[in-house]
Amino acid sequence: MPQDSPLESAYAPARVGLFVTCLVDAMRPSVGFAAVKLLEDAGCAVEVPRAQTCCGQPAYNSGDRADSQALARQTIEAFEGFDYVVAPSGSCAAMIREHYPALLAEDPAWSARAQHVAARTYELTSFLTDVRGVSALAARFEGTVTYHDGCSGLRELGVREQPRQLLASVRGLTLNEMRDSDVCCGFGGTFCVKFSDISNTMVSDKIDGIAKSGARTLLAGDLGCLLNMAGKLKRTGVPVEARHVAEVLAEMTDDPAIGEAAKD
Amino acid sequence: MSGRDAILGAVRRSLKRAAGDAAALAAVEARLDTRERGPVPARAQIDAKARVDLFQAMAEEHSATLTRVAVAQDVPGAVATYLKKHNLPQRLRAAPDPEIDALPWDTQSLLTVERGRAEASDETSLTGAFAGIAETGTLMLLSGEAAPTTLNFLPDTHIVMIKASQVVGPYEDAWDLVRAKHGPGELPRTVNFITGPSRTADIEQTIQLGAHGPRRLHIVLVEDGPGEESEDGTGDGA
Amino acid sequence: MRSIAHSFKDNAKAALADPQLRRALDNIKTGFITKRAAAAARLPEFEALRDAARDIKNHTLDHLDLYLERYAENVQAGGGHVHWCATAEDARAAVLEICRRAGAKTVTKGKSMISEEIALNDYLEANGITPVETDLGEYIIQLRHEPPSHIIAPAVHLTKDAIEADFRKAHPQFPKDRPLSEPRHLVDEARQVLRSRFLAADVGITGANFLIAETGSSVIVTNEGNGDLTQVIPKVHIVVASLEKVIPNLYDLSTILRVLARSATGQEFTTYTTVSSGPKRPEDPDGPEEYHVILLDNGRSRMLGGEFREVLRCIRCGACMNHCPVYHAIGGHAYGWVYPGPIGAVLTPGLLGVEEAGALPNASTFCGRCESVCPMRIPLPKLMRHWREREFERHLTPAPVRYGLAAWAFLARRPALYHWLLGLEMRVLGALGRRKGRFAWLPFAGGWTRHRDFPAPQGRTFQSLWAERKTGGAP
Repeated sequence: MPQDSPLESAYAPARVGLFVTCLVDAMRPSVGFAAVKLLEDAGCAVEVPRAQTCCGQPAYNSGDRADSQALARQTIEAFEGFDYVVAPSGSCAAMIREHYPALLAEDPAWSARAQHVAARTYELTSFLTDVRGVSALAARFEGTVTYHDGCSGLRELGVREQPRQLLASVRGLTLNEMRDSDVCCGFGGTFCVKFSDISNTMVSDKIDGIAKSGARTLLAGDLGCLLNMAGKLKRTGVPVEARHVAEVLAEMTDDPAIGEAAKD
Repeated sequence: MSGRDAILGAVRRSLKRAAGDAAALAAVEARLDTRERGPVPARAQIDAKARVDLFQAMAEEHSATLTRVAVAQDVPGAVATYLKKHNLPQRLRAAPDPEIDALPWDTQSLLTVERGRAEASDETSLTGAFAGIAETGTLMLLSGEAAPTTLNFLPDTHIVMIKASQVVGPYEDAWDLVRAKHGPGELPRTVNFITGPSRTADIEQTIQLGAHGPRRLHIVLVEDGPGEESEDGTGDGA
Repeated sequence: MRSIAHSFKDNAKAALADPQLRRALDNIKTGFITKRAAAAARLPEFEALRDAARDIKNHTLDHLDLYLERYAENVQAGGGHVHWCATAEDARAAVLEICRRAGAKTVTKGKSMISEEIALNDYLEANGITPVETDLGEYIIQLRHEPPSHIIAPAVHLTKDAIEADFRKAHPQFPKDRPLSEPRHLVDEARQVLRSRFLAADVGITGANFLIAETGSSVIVTNEGNGDLTQVIPKVHIVVASLEKVIPNLYDLSTILRVLARSATGQEFTTYTTVSSGPKRPEDPDGPEEYHVILLDNGRSRMLGGEFREVLRCIRCGACMNHCPVYHAIGGHAYGWVYPGPIGAVLTPGLLGVEEAGALPNASTFCGRCESVCPMRIPLPKLMRHWREREFERHLTPAPVRYGLAAWAFLARRPALYHWLLGLEMRVLGALGRRKGRFAWLPFAGGWTRHRDFPAPQGRTFQSLWAERKTGGAP
């Protein structure tokens, strides 16, 4: 199995199914193309199954097991033929990797299939470093950035050093760590609208730390967190732009940053 | 139905088990009989000299003070010096402990020593200890005829005398000594683990010493040479 | 204690608007977290100890009936009494009866969450007995007639200025111009006031961090020494403890104690750990003449049987709330009952019902920080999600959420329709938002746009652009 000895397969061709994530698909396709570029540069053949929509987290975290199981089956079916499943999101990757097997554990027809796909699923930056053995990239980015650790990626998948390692190889880039980079930004899916006021306090704390880091660009590996933080940065007028880490790593930063006006 | 039967019945229903399940009972008996140790920190599995040094370092880290004396006969002098240094009255409430009684108190003519449990007016107490635990600089005191518990908590200053040979590495070793003395499953009424003086952080998370118990904990350590079990302290709890 | 967990949202709103609370909460964001991390890092065996601690409790819960029987037999053998209480009412009545038999007028109390759970103070007062809380934090909140806002730091929601004002009001016996602005002054004054209370009490009531089956002992862990003065001076010592506090033996106690203080306050070991086994022995110069244990169920035997069993491993260290960003935002009172933070979000619905406390397990981003520090490795986010599932099954989830989810799921399960509709919608939104790059207001998104802008989508979906790329069109 490839995942047993990840580095050995570093130069083998690998068929990767890109799990775009519903947010990237809808809100920021440029992140998807950045992910494709990074994966192709790492020697992967990338495909994007049309049968994917959402990993099911909104239903799963609202206690709706039936719908989340249905979406899990749909996603598994779409991706089980690939060597790897990669998502530009720690949250969605953790959903597939950590939660699908539990969600379908009682379903004899699906349990093994869930485990099969789960074991092959990775968050983008950790896939590049841990599985493909990528330690440096050819990208250039002039500026000071700060990095927010999305909760699921950090605590469910152990994604912490991987994006930083890749960022360290980007020429011209300086990483200024914010305080409490590992503390939740207050997004939490439907949490941010159901408990809007609590979420607001959390994201206010978060952007205070971002502003004090001195960075001009905020990076993260999850578009949900980024939409939340960018929306608050914009609302409060903090002059920090927000981008998905893949955009910088792929040197695809021509599109306006999240929440910025188009440059015409 | 009694409260006991109702509660045990509800517990068994949740565990889906009938009363008198032989396999379950055997598992419980085995657990209680074998008394397997959990992970014992390596820092506590050290030789006798290192144990005493660690005990001192950890006790001091927890705001206790510690004086070493060569022999038990030096304890009264060390106590008097401590009281003088802290500007405390030369008056003690000592545990009614034959070992303390046997000390040469007459060498300290200014010092008044009364025996018995603590009264509200007592400012300083002196007690022995059953063991010292190096792992965290903790004293273990057992209640009994020679050891009133009130002495450990009521006075402002608590002085404890302990011999170097009483210092063990981890908590488990101290429990073994208690078992050896009192028998398996038996304990004195109260076992007090004491690590430094009383403290609180209830006001804005700032640490203040002397909340309700003693403001000062002073340990007089008698360096009585290697104890009987001190030759091999490293194999403990392996 | 009367629950206001049902009004969680309003409670939280009030908390967020309280500037003094915000200042007080800033203290825990830094102190507890840094100290715990340092204590854990200093002990190489810490993670192995967490595993061992979890295993001890799992084993005990699997055999809880037998350990309880063994524990109770050993208490009785040592001359103590065990009062098995199925409900809070039973427990209150048992305590009152013991106090009445002892002719008690005042009782001193060590900090006990079970006592809060069964609302013991109000009950004793209503029956003519004065309860005096002796833990400094508990004493302060008793003066203010408030519940604790944290399980190990009950007054963590207060600043020293607020406490000074309370002390000036409650202690008229001292000179008006005395200095009282520093924590040191406040601690000394409380020590002085409570000293006479300790000496005068007829009964002392403490909780228990653990009950030891092997020896029939109760264990309390305190820093102040108030618990010890509470239990050693009066004629009668009453321990109030719930079923799941029992553990097999003294080695198990040692293992769990190694993770307790480090997780709670970042201390290597708490100042006082006291193991009590019954009343005064004939040869003892001091100690209580009677020793009673109120062994409370109050819903725990029921929780033992289902998917929430793991929460019964909790040792009440408070690490989950210390690390919870939601707790940091709103403090403990908003949770509306005895147990705040992530542990409360799981335990409160279990003890009071999901109808009363259903909002609590919803008020989490599932950030997982609680689980990552829980010394007993309780999967708190998973258990909160199980409560959400119960709510959803019972149709307690609010209707707009249910319909919204249903509509979204209908689409998400039909990829072709989903991609077509999403493509359309994003083209419209993208065009509308293109000039500014964001929306300050959007229909049906008030929860979002009240506090933040909504970034505009780029306009095309990835899937539509990818399809073009595949067929040779430019992305």
